[in-house]
Amino acid sequence: MSLDQVILNTLSEQKEIDSLIFASENGLDHQKLVGAIKSLLSLPKEYIKAEQKQISVWELTDEGKSFVANGSYEFVLYSAVTKDGILQKELMKMPNAKIGFSKAMTLGWLVIDKKHEDGPTVFRKVDDATDVVKTMLEDINTQKKVDEKKIQDLKKRKLITPVVTKFYLVTKGTSFNTQIERPEADLTADMLQDGSWKEKSFKEYNFKAKGAPITSGYLHPLLKVRTEYRRIFLDMGFSEMPTNKFVENGFWNFDALFQPQQHPARDAHDTFFISNPEMTDASKLPADYLEKVKSTHENGGYGSTGYNYDWKISEAQKNILRTHTTAVSARMLYKLAQQEEFRPVKMFSIDRVFRNETLDATHLAEFHQIEGLVADRNLTLGHLIGILYAFFKKLGIEKLKFKPAYNPYTEPSMEIFSYHPGLKKWVEIGNSGMFRPEMLLPMGIPKDVNVIAWGLSLERPTMIKYGINNIRELIGHKVNLNMVQENPICRLNKV
Amino acid sequence: SSGINAEWPLRPGFEDLCFDFGVELDDIVEEEGITKFKIDIPANRYDLLCVEGLSQGLNVFLGKTTLPRYTVLRARERLHVDGSVEGVRPYVVAAVLRDITLTEDSYNSFILLQDKLHQNIGRERSLVSIGTHDLDTIQGPFKYHALPPPEIKFQPLNQDTVMTAPQMFDIFRKNYLKPYLQIIESSPVYPLITDVNGTVLSLPPVINGNHSKISLSTRNIFIEVTAKDRKKAGIVLDTICGAFSEYCTTPHTIEAVEIVQADGSTFSSPKMGSRIEEYDSAELCLKSGIKTATPEQLADLLTKMCLRASVAGEKLKVEIGPTRHDILHQCDVEEDIAIAYGYNNIPQVLPDLYTIAVEQDVNKLSDSVREELARCGFTEVLTFSLCSRDDVSVNLRIPEAVGGAVQISNPKTFEFQVVRTTLLPGMLKTASCNRNMPLPLKLFEVSDIVVKDTLTETGTKNYRYVCALFAGKTSGFEVVHGLLDRVMLMLDVKDYHIQQTSDPMFFPGRGADIILGTKKIGHLGILHPEVLEKFDVTLPCSVLEFNLDPFV
Repeated sequence: MSLDQVILNTLSEQKEIDSLIFASENGLDHQKLVGAIKSLLSLPKEYIKAEQKQISVWELTDEGKSFVANGSYEFVLYSAVTKDGILQKELMKMPNAKIGFSKAMTLGWLVIDKKHEDGPTVFRKVDDATDVVKTMLEDINTQKKVDEKKIQDLKKRKLITPVVTKFYLVTKGTSFNTQIERPEADLTADMLQDGSWKEKSFKEYNFKAKGAPITSGYLHPLLKVRTEYRRIFLDMGFSEMPTNKFVENGFWNFDALFQPQQHPARDAHDTFFISNPEMTDASKLPADYLEKVKSTHENGGYGSTGYNYDWKISEAQKNILRTHTTAVSARMLYKLAQQEEFRPVKMFSIDRVFRNETLDATHLAEFHQIEGLVADRNLTLGHLIGILYAFFKKLGIEKLKFKPAYNPYTEPSMEIFSYHPGLKKWVEIGNSGMFRPEMLLPMGIPKDVNVIAWGLSLERPTMIKYGINNIRELIGHKVNLNMVQENPICRLNKV
Repeated sequence: SSGINAEWPLRPGFEDLCFDFGVELDDIVEEEGITKFKIDIPANRYDLLCVEGLSQGLNVFLGKTTLPRYTVLRARERLHVDGSVEGVRPYVVAAVLRDITLTEDSYNSFILLQDKLHQNIGRERSLVSIGTHDLDTIQGPFKYHALPPPEIKFQPLNQDTVMTAPQMFDIFRKNYLKPYLQIIESSPVYPLITDVNGTVLSLPPVINGNHSKISLSTRNIFIEVTAKDRKKAGIVLDTICGAFSEYCTTPHTIEAVEIVQADGSTFSSPKMGSRIEEYDSAELCLKSGIKTATPEQLADLLTKMCLRASVAGEKLKVEIGPTRHDILHQCDVEEDIAIAYGYNNIPQVLPDLYTIAVEQDVNKLSDSVREELARCGFTEVLTFSLCSRDDVSVNLRIPEAVGGAVQISNPKTFEFQVVRTTLLPGMLKTASCNRNMPLPLKLFEVSDIVVKDTLTETGTKNYRYVCALFAGKTSGFEVVHGLLDRVMLMLDVKDYHIQQTSDPMFFPGRGADIILGTKKIGHLGILHPEVLEKFDVTLPCSVLEFNLDPFV
């Protein structure tokens, strides 16, 4: 029979249950009995009433328990004294001898002969002694009544300590019944079917508990951010460039952008070079255009002085992992220039780029570059600034500042800074500029057409947004999948 | 006169001034009891690379001083170039700074500028290097020639004894000069500048002679610049003379050196030349986005940027001086106008261009497939495109597969040896790193892989791949198979089937090719335990990988 049923049955026969007495009489664990009482109390109908009480009972301390096991110090000492007496200094070597000796003397169990010929010697004063302290402690342990005065002595000797015990006085409730009607945990299809939900009582719902975890699939946080950036560009009427081309050659990655061949970016410690397939076949590069690029680097033209050095096709043919998606922008602009009539365009891309640089908490060998460009007649720096404000406003960033900068393929060039209210400072968020005529004119782009462009990394703003300090916590195989699964919906404009 | 003022950077507004001018106050550090201001300079502004040049630039920008005019005096010294340098380091230019007085600060700045020029425009001395000498310890005419290393013998700077070139190279191999040795080491002859008595001034680009070294008490400095690039040599010499001639008794005066070339022709260096360009005022105005500036205002703006400008009718005459070698084109002048006007004062305009956006089909489809895979209960991972050779070959029990991978010639670690040819390695590494996740682990990635392809321009081609992995107490083959069926249903494709394969990456009898029509587009199966071991995965795994491009 369950414990709560036992309680109900007992109450039908007697008026009241004292939980402490009931537990000890029936050999029950008091805690379990209290649990059953509480579970009866939690029922929607009042089966029982329970009044909480408390009593203070004495419990033995560890020292008290040792007295019960071994006898009190005074009794142990007394027992050690033989009929012929014992030298005091020997007696005092026993454990706890000091307390025991003083107590035994007070009780008049022992006597000391200080003038004994062997030195001070202790003798029994009485033939027999009773260990009263031990007996009292045993009584307390079995909850027998002990004289209050003696209790205080034992307390003073730290042999016992008071412990408060809570217990219940249980009586019948207003809806007392020995038959418990169990409340339902949940509404079931069967209840709807047979209509029993009308009669049933229902457990209270624990609104503080968490809901059940949902098993689901999850998208990666960085790619959720990528989706938002794509949407912004599409909203603004920008068409996507085909960037599925990780391997580029020096020609499109650098030379077409009027980046000289001795430029540090073209060094092995910045760029990944490909050993296989090592080179682009020169015949696959547009011959006319290539000649124009070469002569612009070497001698200028189109209003430029050029760089005045020997341009080598072998450098242009070298295959590399693209260092920026601007290589694709260059291809697209070249393609645009080959049309019979120039049509203005807005284009964007978001894809991986590669740098052979030293890795740290914010730099990896590969990252995503976001790039946007507009090619139209008579565009000005004012247009670039205007479109940057429009773009960043979509990201929830309205305070911008521009700093002059140097970039080999744009002039004017501007670094984009935004005010970060959290960091309370201006932080660089991207780069921008107008492509140099030395890049555009050899392609065949009309002279009055300007191209404004800007770029930023996908990772950096994502890390700032989500407060991630180490880029390895965001991408790569070492990321914690919990981070992926718990990442909220990406709402870039909600700061 | 230089405007060097140690207190200046501490004044309020200095950081904003730097920002507007286009340099960046990067850091303020205390080193050896001195407050140092670290300022980032744009890579093409060599004239701002020393305190003298930067303070002049800022002072002119603020209108506190005007751009100096440089005077080049007739050459008194001559430098003969011998044909023997042709193959190793063909170009040399030189100049003399007469009656100069350097303080400890300006001396240090002089040395520092040479270091900076060596580093950037000189490309670690490989393209250009500089030697400066106490002219009073040497005697012209000078000679630039090249000799076999054993025949070169002198006391190098800060060494105690006279030694041959091979001997000094053995010493330099162990110190900071090591990186510069390889610039000439492969040449049978080393370049050398000597005076009329055979005293060695320098062995460029490695070391100067100790004999002619300059000190605070030096009064006349002979500067020689040797190079593999003629233009850059001129820029470097102009830059040094532009910045340090102000310490001469007659400031901004430089004495030329006559260079006699191997063919007997001569020219005078440094050039310290200006070129005059004429630009259409309206055009300049238009591109800068400044609508209302008059030609006179434009001229004033350019003057602030160390470009002398005057109005000539509709045209603006701009004098580009020897410190502004960065100006290659009208667009550089337009940028200077915009900077002087203030980037943040330019009115913003939205381009008035109506366009309809078009997405790349492959990206649009990828996003749809990604969402379907997530709906199927899989977690998206994002892994690296680069990996080790073994990751795409022996670790997958297909050693020959490395042949199809694009290989990187200069990886810093084995993790960047090849571009991945399959998304599997990243997927398996992710599983290995996430052992504490509840099982089963269901992962996917939709991303590019690259293979060699002789038909394309670069000989390589990207493909968009879909990869999914199931890892659990059981293999879950039926799960990835079900996922394939689901994706095909979503792609509205019925013309596919799977067909058993003996691909060694799979557990024997538990691998299949995915056939679309009659063409294999991917595979699926239970991974071979040896593959799991290589990637340190302790659970059975089933994978699905296929090329998405045929569905685009």
